[in-house]
Amino acid sequence: MSLSSHEFYLVVPEIWIAAMASLILIVDLYLTEKTRWITYFLSQITLIGAFYFTWVLWGQGPKTAFYETFILDNIGTLLKMVIFVFGFFVFMYSRKYLEEHNSNRGEYFVLCLFSILGMMVLVSARSFLTLYLGLELFALPLYALVAFVRVETLSRGLSQVLSHETGAEAAMKYFIMGAMASGMLLYGVSLLYGVTGSFGIAEISSFLTQETEVPLAVLFGLMFILVGLAFKFGAVPFHMWIPDVYQGAPTAVTLFISTLPKLAGFGMAIRILLDTFHALSPHWQELMIIMAILSMAVGNIAAIAQSNLKRMLAYSTIAHMGFLFLGLLAGPESGYAAALVYVIIYALMALGAFGIIIALSYRGFEFENIEDFKGLAKREPWIALMMMFILLSLTGIPPFAGFYAKFLVLNALIHAGYVWLAAVAVLFSVIGAYYYLRVIKVMFFDEPKETLPLQYQKVSKSGVALVAVNGFSVLLLGIFPAFIFDLAVSAFVR
Amino acid sequence: MVALSDYLTVSAILFGLGVAGIFINRKNIITLLMCIELLLLSVNTNFVAFSHFSEDMPGQVFVFFILTVAAVESAIGLAILVVLFRRLKTINVEDLDSLKG
Repeated sequence: MSLSSHEFYLVVPEIWIAAMASLILIVDLYLTEKTRWITYFLSQITLIGAFYFTWVLWGQGPKTAFYETFILDNIGTLLKMVIFVFGFFVFMYSRKYLEEHNSNRGEYFVLCLFSILGMMVLVSARSFLTLYLGLELFALPLYALVAFVRVETLSRGLSQVLSHETGAEAAMKYFIMGAMASGMLLYGVSLLYGVTGSFGIAEISSFLTQETEVPLAVLFGLMFILVGLAFKFGAVPFHMWIPDVYQGAPTAVTLFISTLPKLAGFGMAIRILLDTFHALSPHWQELMIIMAILSMAVGNIAAIAQSNLKRMLAYSTIAHMGFLFLGLLAGPESGYAAALVYVIIYALMALGAFGIIIALSYRGFEFENIEDFKGLAKREPWIALMMMFILLSLTGIPPFAGFYAKFLVLNALIHAGYVWLAAVAVLFSVIGAYYYLRVIKVMFFDEPKETLPLQYQKVSKSGVALVAVNGFSVLLLGIFPAFIFDLAVSAFVR
Repeated sequence: MVALSDYLTVSAILFGLGVAGIFINRKNIITLLMCIELLLLSVNTNFVAFSHFSEDMPGQVFVFFILTVAAVESAIGLAILVVLFRRLKTINVEDLDSLKG
């Protein structure tokens, strides 16, 4: 066996990102404050190029490469393209924030690009070796990003000091939890390797379909791997890191963590649950049901008590991940496509919500407490309107995209015969409506705070435009959802 | 002759110690890093034992990857620890409590 050049053709996007990220790291050393825009510019070029190279590979049936460790199929390609699009917008949002917080350095973009590279490897994994390496490459830069230091700030409001001090603490908690999760995952993989004699996904899958009686060690392995997966999603009872990291990290990093890893995590779930353990679906479905219900309960109820918007959105993430699990366990016919639509739309909404926090923050002041949003509609009517779109979409109210995503998942769930589970999901969504609507009430009906913080700035035109694009795409995807659903269905055609 | 089950028992004990250490330990972050290392090493023991007894080399290749990633992981963990110590002047786990809600 030898490698053919055709196999390298399949990984051109990965090679491109790796090469460009290394190049940007070197170029950035020679830049001054004035020419720092070059780093940003190169990073965006990298994402656009990677999008193009992946686009070319779209539709080229399932092909494996590098001794069955890498697979190119529609679902992986689609997830990569969506990751690039979201990465592009995350960088656009973050640029202003990084400049104003004096941390406009190449490291942010380079670490994000390396993390994106890890996600690409993860969603294309055909062996648990590549899956693990992709997972680590995507997680390790994130630990460093959470601790990203802002050098000095001019005036420090109270919340400024708080988030300044908490970055390292959040990073430490994230690191310990993440490392333990990958340890669990690896222990599961080692048990699987012992029983099946391989860590290739294809081999394990065919072993499991042939076996009539499942060995106990395989079930243990499945349990450990599921724990690792649930940690990455932040599903209860493995959710402890999510609120701390979302609140403690700089908002530009929170924006990244709340969008792209969810998409990559979905790819990981597909590789593990669908590709590897399809034969054992009754076993993992029971566990997923428990985790989904717990996530929706804890997420929606704990979010009510929050006064920090970033922390509230973190708990809302946990609830949404519970909903996503419902889609995953609803089975292959419509469930996976529904879950894919759900995760993409969720990422779009999270991008908008954290993007608005970034757009409103300015030098020395983090716009992150719900109190800060009092009377926002009078000062920034456009931003408040877009925030309302996104919050209504997160609640799941038509005609916004979030309604359609929830509808698809519930539809798939009822077709799979879990009517009671759909009822539970709707119940918790109703509880969730309370805290989303509360923010809308605060923005539109409360009087603004009398004392505005020092150096108050209006949001720039470009910031408003970016938020508006995001908000209207949430609306448009809700009115014309066929496009994204067709895309999701075509991704699962083998 | 040491049997496969003996290796697996040792590795399970190591893994249990690692997990217990992470949850029980309330004193020192460096101990947490050591517990994480213990988790990964128990996995390595598993892989090497399985690989040896089934005479299948790829398992030992996996171990090399895990060792490399473990080194990277502890580098990042210690780097975060240094940042944390500069801010808080402590590495006591109980002092990491400013994020709540």
